[in-house]
Amino acid sequence: MSLTRIYGLFLRHFYLITRSFPRILDLVYWPTIQITLWGFISNFFATHTTYYNNAVGVILTCAILYDFLFRTSIGFNMLFLEEIWSRNFTNLFIAPMRIGEILTSLVITALIRSLIGLVPAILLTSPLFGISILDLGIYLFFLFLSLYIFGITLGILVSSGLLRFGPSFENIAWSTMFLLAPFGCIYYPIETLPEIFQKIAYVLPLVYIFEEARNILINQTVNIENVYYAFIWNAFYFTLSIILFYYSFNAAKNKGTLINMGE
Amino acid sequence: MKNLIEVKDIKKNYGKKEAVKGISFNVQENEILGLLGPNGSGKTTTIGMLLGLLKPTSGQILINNLKLEDHRIKILEMINFISPYIELPKKLTVKQNLYVYSKLYKVQNIEERIEYLSDKLRIRELLDSITGELSSGQKNRVSLAKALINEPRVLLLDEPTASLDPEVGDFVRTFLEDYKKEKKISILLASHNMSEVTRLCKSVLMMKNGEIIDKGKPDDLIAKHGRSNLEEVFLKLSRSKGEFN
Repeated sequence: MSLTRIYGLFLRHFYLITRSFPRILDLVYWPTIQITLWGFISNFFATHTTYYNNAVGVILTCAILYDFLFRTSIGFNMLFLEEIWSRNFTNLFIAPMRIGEILTSLVITALIRSLIGLVPAILLTSPLFGISILDLGIYLFFLFLSLYIFGITLGILVSSGLLRFGPSFENIAWSTMFLLAPFGCIYYPIETLPEIFQKIAYVLPLVYIFEEARNILINQTVNIENVYYAFIWNAFYFTLSIILFYYSFNAAKNKGTLINMGE
Repeated sequence: MKNLIEVKDIKKNYGKKEAVKGISFNVQENEILGLLGPNGSGKTTTIGMLLGLLKPTSGQILINNLKLEDHRIKILEMINFISPYIELPKKLTVKQNLYVYSKLYKVQNIEERIEYLSDKLRIRELLDSITGELSSGQKNRVSLAKALINEPRVLLLDEPTASLDPEVGDFVRTFLEDYKKEKKISILLASHNMSEVTRLCKSVLMMKNGEIIDKGKPDDLIAKHGRSNLEEVFLKLSRSKGEFN
């Protein structure tokens, strides 16, 4: 692994973001809109239901967590798609970069992109709704870490598809998060889902993360098992995504996708 | 003279389709070898295999005596490529692009290298320009600067002067000749511009349907086929159905 090359690829995206005000605005705009919207919905439910009594910030906190997941995953895919759209893909893959270096660089860049959007949104919640996501305490770090790993995992899985099938796979990049959202039990307990869907939800780390966030905020207790299971499933899917990425890279070399990418 | 590129009986199949049917050739140090052939003859596939973007179905590629399949990273450090079909990130300035690629190729003395190439390729005044806003000729020179940023020992050129006006085309050809002489690099040049190939290449390979159907010095090929220039030889071979070796 070469830090110079990882930094080089990071720079390519850093330059891109900092050169374009609309890109920076885009990073900040959507999380802020999302959080403001869910803040008002959250306020409404908190005063009209018993489930959310004494826990005004539950929905809003979950919205922030979900947005972080969404931004991380989409952010990773965007970095990859950016190379295809700019027809720079071949240049990147003929540079002496190891797959691990490319992934590491994109993972770091995706995190920074997500934080650029998330931090202002979190700062807004306190003055607007009197809520701080920091109420989750030290476990907030583990929940964010879990979401970050899963977001990156989804990003790598979609990028594997882009490598294997080419730009036509792009639409899948946009729909992944929407497809998984219902199973993630982001805004409701898992019991709300039909039994068959619950089975699917239990093999995803998302349900453990959001159940735990609600548990901490509503019951003021910590169920470490949820954090643990989230990491176990994350480890499984992350490993799977890395294997799939290497497989797709080799398949693309056999099929010729790397040459025709962007056409 | 040392062979910097050695291609030994490489084949590439896409399913049942044979894109490259077991070709072999060498490119020596300080040599430009022309790769000619009609569209679909296997030139791009061959270049793709040399760049490690495509895995040969069989055969072997050695760059500077290193097997490509075993030393991909080491080989990519000493090789580079230019094609009108790939571009540098459009939103970055020229200097940012060159800086990024300097990092990816772990270039020492980045500023010095960019200065040198800026002077040689006359892009100094473009360094702060947005890459996507450059003209074709300017983009071409910037792409060439990127392709030379790592001081490659092997340069693969796919249509390097396509869509350039005669003046810029001539500048690029002269630059390549001088640079090759000065650095003793090997160049594989795929081109449809026959006068360019005649001027630059010591020898050429004629490809058709994934095979090398003829090879030799441009003048020898012209004489052998009884034609007055390389373009006529190209037309004769690409329209033919027989063997010419």
